[in-house]
Amino acid sequence: MNNRIYLYILVMAAVTYFIRVLPLTLIRQEIKTPFIRSFLYYVPYVTLSVMTFPAILSATKSIWSGAAALMVAAILAYKEKSLFQVSIAACMVVFVMEFFL
Amino acid sequence: MNTRREQLKSGIKDGIPICLGYFAVSFTFGIMAINYGLSPLQSIAISLTSLTSAGQFAGLGIITAGAPFAEMAIAQLVINLRYSLMSCSLSQKLDETTPFYHRLLIGYGITDEIFGVSVCKPGPLNPWYCYGLFLLAVPGWTLGTAAGAFLGQLLPERALSALGVALYGMFLAIIIPPAKKDRILAGVTVVSMVFSLLFFLIPALNGVSSGLRLIILTVLIAGAAAVLFPVPDTMEVSHE
Repeated sequence: MNNRIYLYILVMAAVTYFIRVLPLTLIRQEIKTPFIRSFLYYVPYVTLSVMTFPAILSATKSIWSGAAALMVAAILAYKEKSLFQVSIAACMVVFVMEFFL
Repeated sequence: MNTRREQLKSGIKDGIPICLGYFAVSFTFGIMAINYGLSPLQSIAISLTSLTSAGQFAGLGIITAGAPFAEMAIAQLVINLRYSLMSCSLSQKLDETTPFYHRLLIGYGITDEIFGVSVCKPGPLNPWYCYGLFLLAVPGWTLGTAAGAFLGQLLPERALSALGVALYGMFLAIIIPPAKKDRILAGVTVVSMVFSLLFFLIPALNGVSSGLRLIILTVLIAGAAAVLFPVPDTMEVSHE
C-alpha cells in the first residue's frame, strides 16, 4: 500500500507538472479557439464551487457551524477580503460556534 | 547581475503574503492528509511535488479510495487544467529569448496566486522574480503541510474542526469576487453548487467517487457554459 501511495503521488506530480510546463515551453502563440478558451476560463469556477458545496457543511462537527462558516466566508469574500482573511474568519466562526453547540 | 538580484528581492517581497496564506491553508492539508491515513512524509511529498490546493485536496480522496491511477491522472488533469491557460498567458509575458531551462523551472511554480502576482507585474516577466516568489511560497506551502501533519495531532478536536473549513474559505474567496462582477460566472457558480448538492442527495449518484463527480460536473458545466457563453476574444482570461 505504501508504495502504491508514492505511485499516486508521482502520478499527481507528473500530471500537474506537465500541465503547467507544456504550454510554457511549447505554445508560444495565444490560444485562439473560442471553445477551448471559454472552457478553460470556466473550469476553476465550476471545480471550486463543486468542491466547496455541500462539502463545507460536513467538514465540521456540526452542520450548523459549517453553515455559519459558509455564510461568513461568502460575505467576506463578497467584500473582497483576502484569501487569508476569509479563510481564517471561517475557521474562527466554527471555533466560536462549537462552544455553544 | 544587479537586475537579477533586484528581481529576486522584489519577488521575495511580493511572496510574503502568499507564504502566510499558504502556510495556513496547507496546515489544514497536512491535518487532512493524516486523517486520511497518510504519513507526514507522504503528505509533505505531495505538497512539495504538486504545489496545488484543489488538486491535492481531491487527490487525498482518490488515494484512500484506492482508485485506479487513471482516475487520479484524469482528476488532476481536469482540476489543474486552468494552469495550462495560465502557462499560455505567462509564455506571452516572458521574453522570447528566455532559455528553455528557465521555462522548465517557472512551470513548476504556476499556482493561482503566483500566476496572479506574476502576470499583474508590469513589463516582461523576469524568471528571477518568479524564483523570488517561489522562495517564499514553496516553503510556506511545504512547511505548513509539515506543521499540520506533525502538530495537527496535538491540537484539540475543536481546533481541527475549525481548521477544516480553511480551504473552503479560500475557495470562496477565489470564486465570489469575480462572480460578483459577472452574472454568467455567478450563474455558473450557483449551477455548479446545485448539481454538486444533487449528486450528494440523489441515492443513485451518491456512490460516485468524489474525483469522478468532480470530473463529470466540471466537463459538463464548464463545457455547457463555453457553448452557451463563449468568452469574448478581448476578455482577459486570467484568474486570481
